[in-house]
Amino acid sequence: MEILKTYKLYIGGQFPRTESGRSYAVVSPSGQHLANACQGSKKDVRNAVQAARKAQGSWAGKSAFNRSQIIYRIAEMLEARKGQFLEELQALGSDLKSATQEVESSIDRCVYYAGWADKFQTLLGSVNPVASSHFNFSVPEAMGVVGVVACQQTALLGFISQVLPALIGGNTVVVIANQKSPLCAITLAEVLATSDVPGGVVNILTGEVSEMLPTLSAHMDVNALSIAPIEAKLQQKAQEEAIDNLKRVRIFAEPLYAESAQGLPYISDFQEIKTTWHPVEQIAGGAGGY
Amino acid sequence: MLGNLSTPELSSLLALSPSIDQIGTNERITRIQARSIKGAAKMQGLRMALSMIDLTTLEGKDTPAKVRQLCFKAQHLHDQAADLPTVAAVCVYPTMVGVAKKALGNSGIKVASVSTAFPSGQAPFEVKKLDTLYALDNGADEIDMVVSRGRFLSGDYQFVYDEIAAIKELCSTARLKVIFETGELDSLDQVRKISDLAIAAGADFIKTSTGKIQPAATFPVVLTMLGAIKDHFDKTGQMIGMKPAGGISSSKLALQHLLMVKEVLGEAWLSNEWYRFGASSLANDLLMQYQKQLTGKYQSAAYFSID
Amino acid sequence: MMSQTNWNLEPSLESAAQIQLQAQYELFIDGKWQAPLSNTYFDNVNPADESHLAKIAWGNAADVDLAVCAARTAYDNVWSKLSGAERGKYLFRIARLMQEKAKELAILETLDGGKPIRESRDIDIPLACNHFFYYAGWADKLQEAFAGQQIAALGVAGQITPWNFPLLMLAWKVAPALACGNTVVLKPAETTSLTALKFAEICQEAGLPAGVVNIVTGYGDTGAALVAHPDVDKIAFTGSTAVGKQIQKACIGTAKKLTLELGGKSANIILEDAPIDQAVEGVINSIFFNQGHVCCAGSRLFVQESIAERVIEKLKFRLQSIYVGHPLDKNTDIGAINSKKQLETIERYIAIGLAEGAEMYQPDCALPSQGFYCKPTLFTDVAQSARIAQEEVFGPVLTIQTFRTMEEVVQKANNSPYGLAAGVWTDKGARIFGLSQQLKAGVIWANTYNKFDPASPFGGYKESGFGREGGRHGLSAYLKFSN
Repeated sequence: MEILKTYKLYIGGQFPRTESGRSYAVVSPSGQHLANACQGSKKDVRNAVQAARKAQGSWAGKSAFNRSQIIYRIAEMLEARKGQFLEELQALGSDLKSATQEVESSIDRCVYYAGWADKFQTLLGSVNPVASSHFNFSVPEAMGVVGVVACQQTALLGFISQVLPALIGGNTVVVIANQKSPLCAITLAEVLATSDVPGGVVNILTGEVSEMLPTLSAHMDVNALSIAPIEAKLQQKAQEEAIDNLKRVRIFAEPLYAESAQGLPYISDFQEIKTTWHPVEQIAGGAGGY
Repeated sequence: MLGNLSTPELSSLLALSPSIDQIGTNERITRIQARSIKGAAKMQGLRMALSMIDLTTLEGKDTPAKVRQLCFKAQHLHDQAADLPTVAAVCVYPTMVGVAKKALGNSGIKVASVSTAFPSGQAPFEVKKLDTLYALDNGADEIDMVVSRGRFLSGDYQFVYDEIAAIKELCSTARLKVIFETGELDSLDQVRKISDLAIAAGADFIKTSTGKIQPAATFPVVLTMLGAIKDHFDKTGQMIGMKPAGGISSSKLALQHLLMVKEVLGEAWLSNEWYRFGASSLANDLLMQYQKQLTGKYQSAAYFSID
Repeated sequence: MMSQTNWNLEPSLESAAQIQLQAQYELFIDGKWQAPLSNTYFDNVNPADESHLAKIAWGNAADVDLAVCAARTAYDNVWSKLSGAERGKYLFRIARLMQEKAKELAILETLDGGKPIRESRDIDIPLACNHFFYYAGWADKLQEAFAGQQIAALGVAGQITPWNFPLLMLAWKVAPALACGNTVVLKPAETTSLTALKFAEICQEAGLPAGVVNIVTGYGDTGAALVAHPDVDKIAFTGSTAVGKQIQKACIGTAKKLTLELGGKSANIILEDAPIDQAVEGVINSIFFNQGHVCCAGSRLFVQESIAERVIEKLKFRLQSIYVGHPLDKNTDIGAINSKKQLETIERYIAIGLAEGAEMYQPDCALPSQGFYCKPTLFTDVAQSARIAQEEVFGPVLTIQTFRTMEEVVQKANNSPYGLAAGVWTDKGARIFGLSQQLKAGVIWANTYNKFDPASPFGGYKESGFGREGGRHGLSAYLKFSN
């Protein structure tokens, strides 16, 4: 007799069961019971946001080069666990070819964003030639804690496509995984837990989007939302809840698994621009400017 | 405790000199310069400025005759206009102090003498001492000494301090103005530091420049020195005088300087006991502006005597 | 020796004689002056003496609809067909005309809003002109600004500006909108419409195609109609956080792109090694600039305990040479509070501060008997939990708190729902960068405060809004990006 795995939540680098004590069955398209997953609750959202907030300062404080290496390490770990992801994707209904493609694209996307981690600042920032005797420059800075509703169409690639651009910019995330197919997300959590990503940087919740999203979007300590295509009513409700603390809300009209769904704009969506002024002393006899 | 600081004491005093941000200093000045000085306020300002002038001649070619002419001008700025103030002092080399003293008689106008190997200050201390004593013996009311800038820039603050303190002791009742020659200093931080040093050593006045080096009395330098005077006053209650010299040749600049004094130090400094302009051509520009205010007509230099 | 004691400047009033105000102003729609369909006008008052300036049209939803239609038509038929270079030339022309009328604009701004003529003349108007010059040059370089991205104009931009910097905020919004190829319907604040209406004349004089810029004056309901209009593609708003949130709500479920510049309660931090006299001057600039009607005003001053007494002493002395008076007086530092309503708000907060037990200091200066005026006000002994230290007063009221360590001051500075700006004063470069990384604010002024430039992006974190105005970053707000 096969032992069924119970997938737990991933919060603050730990794998707790949901506070609610509930779980739900993850089934294959053919109706086969694959595993049990935690049905996350309000309190799990609260705990995840708390963990994300706690981790944010030191994550943003790491050097960009270091974040890049950590993301690249994820790619290496994914590669090593490729077989497990392929199995899960196939169990969830993909054929081998599309499952292989999804895993390989996911790995590629990790490598892609690992490379961006110490470069987007150069492109998003600027030195601004102000008319007064001041040095003036703008740099991108993490927004803070980003709440993510992951792609509900794909189990792995969409997740990675949404989480990584926020992550490399120094944000920490609380992700509501694909409701029907959360297995890859939790397996990915196991990858993260054994890689160099500090606990709390990525937090993953499974369960019903409609139950957890209102708490996440109303949470006053969440700075931004990244919402993959979901039911319009849910999405609007989230936008309304987000107003209270003026969360930055990015709604994706299309799922993010397309090849083109990567790039600088996905990073800049979760960056603030900070501009700093400082006087430039005029040295006698000299002339200069920026 | 003036004039008696040991090296460690002096070091800790100078460590307290605040840093000066040049761009912020310029902005403060722009605010002052944006003010509009008109009507009666302008007339009052022009008269005040006239009364604060140290009418100066400091040239190798100075002669007793030239100095006597200058002293006459000091007492008769523009006799065509009634009720004008006289200047505050006449400023000359030590050799001319006797001439000036006699020419000014009991007019109330002071005689200021530069000293300590003006303008460079590059002479042995014994020479500087004799230089000063000579001026004092000939009746100088005020001594305008120069500091040893080379020593200051090389970090020998104790030397500069001791020199000022020693000259101050010689001065007895004569008032001591200490010239920094700010055009030879590197930054406003240095200007502030030397201001604090000179005040601690016993300066009665601090003065920007000799007039021989450009730039001279710029607004940022003067504002920085006023800041030192203000901080000293707030700490001790003792007033120190200020004398910008060189570069202030127009009425507009002079009035802006006075406004800066009013805003930074307060009206108590608006008298020639505490504020002087070291200048030669400023007087006539003030007089021309004054006449313009009185008559409404723009004036010609031909109508104002040039001594 | 001659002794002088009192030397006081005389009032030096800028003459408003050259300003020809109309008795009544209409709406500027489709390049023409049009009487409002609402048939309603409101009174515009000079806050300096409460005198009546003009009657101004109060646009309603039907008027807004006309304006949006005109903007849409102009966008479809004219503006979207012009090259960037041609659009840029119009902007250059507008900038030059504004420069030529700078004096008139400055006087109008001061008459209408109460700000000192020194500020409108030396800061507001030149910056507004420069903003047009700056964005004129971007109009034909947009693709270079966003290399590798597909960009397009949005269409019709609805823009709502505040009363504190009327023409400057118009420039911040209109210049990048037009440069990026959008047409505009602008709703100025009800107390300060005059320079926007003058700007409409300038657009006419510049030969700007009809309908590219439309000005619909009115109150909040006019703005709400603009926000609600289905054919508007973009809303840009500068104003209060409360209204900003209403606008954000109204935009949900629409395709409107939104940028918000909202309130603030910015921290200005003086460390013990700061250039102290310039820091004190920076404080004056940070809170008394434009009567404190500045969203990024440094209204919370934090001073390190070791120098707090000295800084406060210096501030109090400095206040003695702050002139509060008629805005047209060239020597005025603090002019009139923009409206009676705003004066009441400020006075209410001062009462709250007193009730909370903070110690208040105001200099002994006379205020004009007519008009809306407020003395510069310092509150010392203020706790972080006091309302005057948390809520935006939008007036010349400064709270002063002390701190011991940098960790403490960073926590306190960030302990606010807002995140617009912050000031840092220290002589140590490494510390400036360290602190500026920690402070959650969109603009950091290190050893300076309240500096603005068209090339410099401006905008907030958290509840101070989102989006940036100024610089290359300011273009994003008016472009559609598609991959």
